[in-house]
Amino acid sequence: MRNLTAIILFCLVLLPAPLLIQSDFWITWLTLALFYAYLGQAWNLLGGYGGQFSFGHALFFGTGAYCTAILQIHFGLNAWGGFVLAAIAAGLVGAGTGWLVFRYGLRGSYFALVTLAFAEVFRILANSFEFTGAGVGLLVPLQPGFAQMQFETKAGFFWLLLALVGACLLFTYWLQNARFGARLMAVRENEDAARALGVDPFDTKLRAITASGAIAGSAGAVYVQLFLYIDPNIAYGPAMSVEALLVPIIGGLGTIFGPVLGAFALHAIAEIGRLAFGDAPGLNLVLYGILLVLMVLFLPNGLFGLGKVSFGLGSLRRLFKGGAHA
Amino acid sequence: MLELSILLPAILNGLTTGAIYALIALGLTLIYGVLHIINFAHGSLLMLALYGVFFLHSLFGIDPYLALPIAAAALFAVGYGLQRLIIGHASHGKDENILLVTLGLSVIIENLALYLWRSDTRTIDTPYSFEVVDFGVAFIPVPKVIAFFGALLVAALLWLLMARTDLGRAIRALAKERQGAKLVGINVEHIFAMSFGIGCACLGVAACLLLPSFYVSPQVGHAFVLVAFTVVVLGGMGSFVGALLGGLIIGVTESLGGLFLGESLGQLGIFLIFIIVLLFRPTGLLGQRA
Repeated sequence: MRNLTAIILFCLVLLPAPLLIQSDFWITWLTLALFYAYLGQAWNLLGGYGGQFSFGHALFFGTGAYCTAILQIHFGLNAWGGFVLAAIAAGLVGAGTGWLVFRYGLRGSYFALVTLAFAEVFRILANSFEFTGAGVGLLVPLQPGFAQMQFETKAGFFWLLLALVGACLLFTYWLQNARFGARLMAVRENEDAARALGVDPFDTKLRAITASGAIAGSAGAVYVQLFLYIDPNIAYGPAMSVEALLVPIIGGLGTIFGPVLGAFALHAIAEIGRLAFGDAPGLNLVLYGILLVLMVLFLPNGLFGLGKVSFGLGSLRRLFKGGAHA
Repeated sequence: MLELSILLPAILNGLTTGAIYALIALGLTLIYGVLHIINFAHGSLLMLALYGVFFLHSLFGIDPYLALPIAAAALFAVGYGLQRLIIGHASHGKDENILLVTLGLSVIIENLALYLWRSDTRTIDTPYSFEVVDFGVAFIPVPKVIAFFGALLVAALLWLLMARTDLGRAIRALAKERQGAKLVGINVEHIFAMSFGIGCACLGVAACLLLPSFYVSPQVGHAFVLVAFTVVVLGGMGSFVGALLGGLIIGVTESLGGLFLGESLGQLGIFLIFIIVLLFRPTGLLGQRA
């Protein structure tokens, strides 16, 4: 119940933000933070709850982005329709790769590398064909208005992403209490033990990667409407994959609010970095890399792990006691 | 029917590139075989080594081949330090954490290079850059011939080190039986870091052999890291001969793929081999059971 209240509170607090904040800069900042939170939520479903660390979530993001862009440019499909089809297409790609990868029992680091290789294959393919715009990329025509998911004000995208993140929060909340979630977490903790208890790891992981792919694909669809441009490196390059995994790892793997917390923390840090070092290329990614290393070394449970250690009353008392004895 | 006059040079070229791939993969497979970790920063460290050799040449006029001992020693030190100070403390009992940390390291190294040296592609000029050797069927540039035999020589030296020295024996003992090695008094942390250092030293050598016929840019590591993984997986994780064989196969595959499908699509073959081998024969050509 506490989590549900927190989800509702989170949405209610952010809902009036575009009306209260006048600066375009901050609305864009919040919108992007929400976007990466959404992408991170997709990764968290498979990586955080399922324990399958994907290094190639750009595979799904890019498929969704290209799907909606191509449908819109070549077939004149409405962006909302494209959004739904992008989710379906990316979900299918997720199911396809998942079927192959899990069918042959790839786990751990091998799973990570194979997802990366799949993303690279798609990047090369997107780079080589005319209808994906090859290396030049695709420009989506500007048609402002709700009907094409291109809002006239910045607030529109903000609310769209807030709705998506909110929906994902609710989905994750459901997951934590559902039978499927329990099976998924059992597979994460110990696949063989889960199998012994009658859980089908293959089926469970396949569902997780399909759902995760669909969510990441829909994030790609939103990205295309937001930036009106996509090329093979943005879509399938490693940057998006890193961002997708960094967000939940920093926030807290396998927690409801981890990706949201991670995305806001990450982008706050990136902003501070930009203020401190200027807009030099690469530097904010250096910061991301340092964060990733530090998080894994010292805070493997993410910022939420930090919260549990230092703000949980029991551990706080233990901390003080330990301190008194030392 | 394709003419042999096109096919044979492509194969020879592929073999020379493949030898370099093999050398890079040897370092990776050594690290995997002993520490059982996948070093995702391998490509970025190669890029760092290439920049090192580049600057030694452009600032101090040191020939890349003469820079070989410097590069190898420097990369050894970097590798030893990384394992001892960072990577060794990262696992918390899960392999994925190592992968994440090395991913983080590669992101740091790559983007720091981007910040410091911009994304320009740089090459060096040596008096022998454009000289060729006539093999009857094809002319191969001298640097590529040197790279080919140099890579094979280093592979042989590495094998000698592993087979004949105390250090090699300690490394192999550790790879086989961690607990037992500890019991007979092998300093585990030290030997782990030594293995990581030697694996990285291979990159220093590879950089020296590569630069005269190649280029360096901050993104260059990315091109190599998946290729190196493919070579290692194809040859069999932890297998030396496998890495050599895998490197040559991948080199030729890439060269022929580029010939038939064009530069861009030609790379596809490598990744497809990677995926297919991992799915259907994860032990690789010469690997022991997984």
